[in-house]
Amino acid sequence: MSMGLEVSHLNKNFGGIKVARDISFDLKPGDRKALIGPNGAGKTTFANLITGTLKPNSGSIRLDGVDIVKLKESKRVKAGVAKTFQITTLFKRMSVRENIRLPILERDGKSHGWFGRAERFVAVEDEIDELLGQFNLLDFAEMPVQDLAYGQQRLVEMALTLALKPRILILDEPSAGVPSSDSHIIIDAIERLPKDLSVLIIEHDMKLVFKVASRIVVLVNGAILTEGTPEEISQNQQVRDLYLGARHEH
Amino acid sequence: MSVDVTKSKTRNRFKPKISRRVLLDLVLVTAGIAAFFVFPNSLGFMTRILIMIIMVLSLDLVLGYAGVASLGHAALFGTGAYAAGMFAVYASANPLLGLVVGAVAGAVIAFVSGLILMRASGLTLLMLSIAVAQILFEVVNSERDLTGGSDGLLGIDMDPILGIYAFDFFGRTGYWYALIVLVLVFILLRIVVASPFGLVARGIHESHERMRAIGTSVYWRLVGIYTLAGGIAGIGGALSAQVTELVSLESLGFNLSAEAMIMLILGGTGRLYGAIFGTVIFMTVHHTAASIDPFNWLFVIGGMVLFVVYFVPEGFMGLPARLGKHLGLRK
Ligand SMILES: Nc1ncnc2c1ncn2[C@@H]1O[C@H](COP(=O)(O)OP(=O)(O)OP(=O)(O)O)[C@@H](O)[C@H]1O
Ligand SMILES: [Mg+2]
Repeated sequence: MSMGLEVSHLNKNFGGIKVARDISFDLKPGDRKALIGPNGAGKTTFANLITGTLKPNSGSIRLDGVDIVKLKESKRVKAGVAKTFQITTLFKRMSVRENIRLPILERDGKSHGWFGRAERFVAVEDEIDELLGQFNLLDFAEMPVQDLAYGQQRLVEMALTLALKPRILILDEPSAGVPSSDSHIIIDAIERLPKDLSVLIIEHDMKLVFKVASRIVVLVNGAILTEGTPEEISQNQQVRDLYLGARHEH
Repeated sequence: MSVDVTKSKTRNRFKPKISRRVLLDLVLVTAGIAAFFVFPNSLGFMTRILIMIIMVLSLDLVLGYAGVASLGHAALFGTGAYAAGMFAVYASANPLLGLVVGAVAGAVIAFVSGLILMRASGLTLLMLSIAVAQILFEVVNSERDLTGGSDGLLGIDMDPILGIYAFDFFGRTGYWYALIVLVLVFILLRIVVASPFGLVARGIHESHERMRAIGTSVYWRLVGIYTLAGGIAGIGGALSAQVTELVSLESLGFNLSAEAMIMLILGGTGRLYGAIFGTVIFMTVHHTAASIDPFNWLFVIGGMVLFVVYFVPEGFMGLPARLGKHLGLRK
C-alpha cells in the first residue's frame, strides 16, 4: 500500500473549458512540493479537486491507497486533507480565538454538545494559545477577525487550517497579501510543520517557493508541464518562457 | 512565563460580559413578574406576548444564529399547537405532558421538513418554507373531523398544572405558566448558543464554505439546528393551545411567520434579547395602534421597520450602542 496522496488521470471541465487535463501527481508523507503556474492555469481548481470542493469529471484520488474521490469535502477533511483559501475565508465576526477554537472542536469531535460553554476545554484553549503564539497573534486573540489587517487575516487563515492537524496540507498562495516584512512568519510556520506532514504549496512568490519546497510542479493550461527540483525548474527554458514571463503581469 | 501572563489576561475578558448579561436577565425576569401586578387587566394580552417571544426566540436560533431565513416558522409553532391541542382533547389534559407532546411534534416536523429545506438556500429555501407551512395548513383544514378545520380546534379543557394550579378565567395561572416556560426556554437557549453547538451555528452563518473546509457536515448541522428550533416553537404552540384552550388555523398561517420575522428584525437578530424586545415592541404597538386606528396601524409598524433597516440594521437592541457611539460615550 502506498502512503500519502496519489492522484491519477484527473480531469475537470467547466462547461467546454478543460481546467484539469489528465493530471497525475503524488505527495508522500513529509513531501514539500510547490505548484506554480500562470494565472488561470488551474492551480486552485486542482486544490479544490483534492479537497473535494469540486468533483472531477474523471480520474482517481487516493489517500493511503484508499480512493477518496467519492467522499464529501467534510469527510475528506476528517480523513486528513485540508487547505487554506487563496481568498481569505474566515469567520469574520468571530474573535481570532473563536476562529481557531471551532476547527479544533470539530477535529476532536467536541463540536456537537449543546451544554457547557464552548471555551471550557482547557487543553483546547492551551492549543489555541500555542498556535496563536506561533503566528504572533496572541495580542489579537479577542479581536473580531474583520478588524485585523489583511496580512494578519492570512496568518489566521493558516493557523485555522493547521489547527485541523491535517496529514495533507494544501496552501493556496499563503503569502498573497502578507506584507513582505511578515512573510518570514509564514516561512517559519511552514518550516516548523511536523516532518511527516505532506505539504503542497501554491505560490507566486519564488523566493518563498525556493525556501520551502524540495520539488516544484509546473501547471500550465490545466496540465502538468514538468516536475523537478528547484534547480531543474529554474534552468528549464520552457518554464522560463511560459511561467516566469507571465509572472510579471501578475 | 510571559506567555502565561498573556494567556490569563486574554481569557479573563470573558467574565465581565457574562455578569452584565446575568444582570439584564434578572431585570427582564423582574419586569415579567412586575407586569403581572402593574397590568392585571391585560394578562391575556401579555401571555400572548410571552408565547410569541418563545416563537421568535426559536426563529432567532435559525435566522439570527445559523443565518437561515425562513418564512414558514408557523409550521413549527402550529404543529406544536395542534399536537398539544389534540393531545388534550383526545388523550390527556395534563398540561406538562402536552408541552412535551408539542415540543416533540414541532421537532419532528422540523426534522422532516428540514431534510428538504436545508438542501436549499436563499430564495428557494424561503419559498419552500412557505410551501411547507401552506401544506400543513391545507392538511389541517381538510381534516375537519379531527382538527375542527377552519372553525378551529375546540373542546380543550386543561387539567390543573401539577394537579394544583387550575387555569382561571382571568388568565393568572396562564400568565405565570407561560412566564416560567419562557424563562426555562430562554435559559436553555442561552446555554445552547454558548455551547460548541452554538459556535457551529454561528460558524455556518458566517461561511458554509469555511465550515465544510474544517470538516463540518453543514447540511446535517442545519437540520439539527432546525429540529431544536422546531421543538422550541412547538413548546410555544403548545402553550398557546393550553392557555387559550383553542387552536385556530392562523397558528399555521403565513401571517404568523411573517410577523415573527418582523419582530425579530425589529429587535435585532442573533442575540436572544432582540427576540424579546422586538416582540414586546411589535405587539404593544400593534395592540395600541390598532385600538386607536384599526385600519392604519400597519403604517406604524412599517415606519418602524424602515427606521430599523435604514438607521439601526442590528435592530432596536443595537440602539443603545449606536446612540452611545454618536454621543461619543464609546470608542
Ligand atoms: N467555478 C468555475 N466555473 C467556471 N470556470 C472556472 C471556475 N473556477 C475557475 N474557473 C476557470 O478555471 C480556470 C482555472 O482557474 P483557477 O482559479 O484554478 O486558476 P489558478 O491557477 O488558481 O489562478 P490564479 O493564479 O489566478 O489563482 C480559469 O480560467 C478560471 O476562470
Ligand atoms: Mg488560484
